[in-house]
Amino acid sequence: MKTEDGRSKMKDGRSKMKDGSDLSRRDMLKAAIVAPLAFIPFADADAAHAAHHAMAALQGQAAGAPAYAPKFFHADEWKQLRVLVNLIIPKDERSGSATDAGVPEFMDFICTEYPGYQTWVRDGLRWLDGLAYDTYHKNFTNCSDAERRAMLDQIAWPAKAKPEMRAGVQFFNSMRDFTASGFFSSEMGVKDIGYIGNTWLMEWKGCPKPALDHLGVRYT
Amino acid sequence: MQSPKRLMYDVAIVGSGAGGGMVAHVLTKAGANVVMLEAGGPWDNAKDSAMLKWPYQSPRRGASTKERPFGEFDACIGGWELDGEPYTKAEGTKFDWWRARMLGGRTNHWGRISLRFGPDDFKAKGRDGLGDDWPISYDDMAPYYDKVDRLIGVFGSKEGLRNHPDGDFLPPPRPRCHELLVKDASDKLGVTCIPSRLSILTKPLHGRAACHYCGQCNRGCMVNANFTSPNVLIFPAMKTGKLTILTNAMAREVTTNAQGVATGVSYVDKHSGQDRHVQARIVVLAASACESARILLNSKSSVHPNGLANSSGVVGKYITDTTGTSVGGFIPKMMDQPAHNCDGVGGLHVYMPWWIDNKKLDFPRGYHIEVWGGRGVPSSGFMGGIHRYPKGGGYGKELKADYRHYYGTSIGFDGRGEMIPNEKSYCEIDPEKKDRYGIPVLRFHWEWSDHEINQVKHMQETFRALIAQMGGTVNNQMPSKERGYGISNGGSIIHEVGGVRMGDDSDSSALNANCQAHACKNLFVADGGPFVGQADKNPTWTILALAWRTSEGIARMMKEGAL
Repeated sequence: MKTEDGRSKMKDGRSKMKDGSDLSRRDMLKAAIVAPLAFIPFADADAAHAAHHAMAALQGQAAGAPAYAPKFFHADEWKQLRVLVNLIIPKDERSGSATDAGVPEFMDFICTEYPGYQTWVRDGLRWLDGLAYDTYHKNFTNCSDAERRAMLDQIAWPAKAKPEMRAGVQFFNSMRDFTASGFFSSEMGVKDIGYIGNTWLMEWKGCPKPALDHLGVRYT
Repeated sequence: MQSPKRLMYDVAIVGSGAGGGMVAHVLTKAGANVVMLEAGGPWDNAKDSAMLKWPYQSPRRGASTKERPFGEFDACIGGWELDGEPYTKAEGTKFDWWRARMLGGRTNHWGRISLRFGPDDFKAKGRDGLGDDWPISYDDMAPYYDKVDRLIGVFGSKEGLRNHPDGDFLPPPRPRCHELLVKDASDKLGVTCIPSRLSILTKPLHGRAACHYCGQCNRGCMVNANFTSPNVLIFPAMKTGKLTILTNAMAREVTTNAQGVATGVSYVDKHSGQDRHVQARIVVLAASACESARILLNSKSSVHPNGLANSSGVVGKYITDTTGTSVGGFIPKMMDQPAHNCDGVGGLHVYMPWWIDNKKLDFPRGYHIEVWGGRGVPSSGFMGGIHRYPKGGGYGKELKADYRHYYGTSIGFDGRGEMIPNEKSYCEIDPEKKDRYGIPVLRFHWEWSDHEINQVKHMQETFRALIAQMGGTVNNQMPSKERGYGISNGGSIIHEVGGVRMGDDSDSSALNANCQAHACKNLFVADGGPFVGQADKNPTWTILALAWRTSEGIARMMKEGAL
């Protein structure tokens, strides 16, 4: 992403801070800590608190996760889920797949913590396996890529789906949302979607010209 | 009754939100010894805020928790349901009550929309015969709004709109690009659309930093660039050495002596579960409109058999909440936008104040419109319902590309309108139920009238017209009349006010024009409880200005020896 219009000057004009998507974690950390200490007139103690908190938060993100043992999903469900989420969000030229982004782990956590997810997720996986058995006499995970797609084709477009697929359609609507929620809220997903905020700007200049031009609006 | 020490304070304040914070600020500066009771725990944005945290730094990705229904990073601890602190509803009543349990109360929660009530809003009955007039006018309040503007800071633009008075404004931030689209559509439809008015600093003020435009005011600002009661009122008040704060102190009742004069507040120390008492010459309730009404109704004695300040029977009556409904739409023009940072301040940069003469309409009073949209931080729930976009669903690489095309293409509107107080919307003490501390709880009654239902219909029509004007589509039908055209539940906009209303007539009001109880001269109320009407404006700025005015009155009466 070009950051020409997104660059923001520090108030004294001495240094610049990028707010583009290529902002590295270290830049981010530097911005979070240096900016208030150096340029914002408020109590030192407050600044130290703010900086300490920001640093602690950002370090937390660097810690890697060890090999994952699901708490909610059984072994077979876990395999099936990993296949399914990668069909929904596969790797492409811009970013990795749902499993690359840790979506199944996210789902396992959410299903454990939020009981409202447990029934529809489990029932839906079972429904999909049922369709696989009925059609191909094996479970979803053991089907070929073409067979899996043939099944998803029947439930992935609600307006075109047959009435008897209604349960599958409802499940897939929710599962697609759940997968996207996990993928795009991951670090990989945030970068992919082009969200470039959540940072300190020393000045708000409004939206950059390319964004205004795209909508045919301008500042008067 | 057991107490840590038998100090006699000048003033005991119940509640640490906008009203309580302001009273503490003004009265400590005037030299009074003040004790403040807060039912929740301490909180300091400088240490406790989740500002700038990424959703992926939490396994929840920002999803809500029981004590944080607006998302795990939200600053406000509280919610629609609190463990051990129930409230009840009369049969058929839909009402939601949001309570904060933390220092600063709901000032940790709100959207910082900081609107003055206008001249018509204080004297609305004179115009259309509905509701009641306040015992004070805009002219009485204007000096206090001015002082609040200067102390706390609010951005906005001078517009000269008669019933939407200008303030002492900091410069407003430029609109985001989608807000310019909204502005264009509004202009074409004759809807007034102007810079919003939020208590977020666009320039440093009194040692507080200016906004850094991360758009996360709701998480609590580490650098105090927005208003919360602790940041701007309570912590400075503590520096006077005159303010004692008791957290986790759940007020039970205002105590009175044989003459019916208030002597202090009894409360439950939540840590020990023990009952305690603070003595004070003056008691100020600022526990939130309904909670203050509850305390008064529970403060029964032989002199005050119906509860304190309730000889008129009006306590708990005439509660209003802002009316609300929302419509969002898909705006094809917004597809494939160049990536850019449109976080801005933690709220809308433009809004639409009420713009129509009611003579042309089938409802009284009005509403304002709040705008949302843009490229928000992706977190739990991101772009839910992708199958409702034109592609209609799918999976795989094509779906992944669709998310990129469709990201940030929704624009929506929230209507926020004035409710006329009515006899059927009130709270009372539930005759049976008590909370875990043994304090009788509130039971709510709620009914919208056609005034509100017709107003919400108008909101729906307006929002749909705005979306159509932008070339967009709304993917749901307008809710039916039977469903109130999508009107929100009472209480759910979290603007509930009234219940301890002020007035010149002690037969129909609990407080006089100084927010002093008619029936108990050393008792005052300083939250939204005294409101006689609510306008379509978010109540906080008026709570602050009225609390300042009340506090000056208290200081004056103390000096004169009248209290």
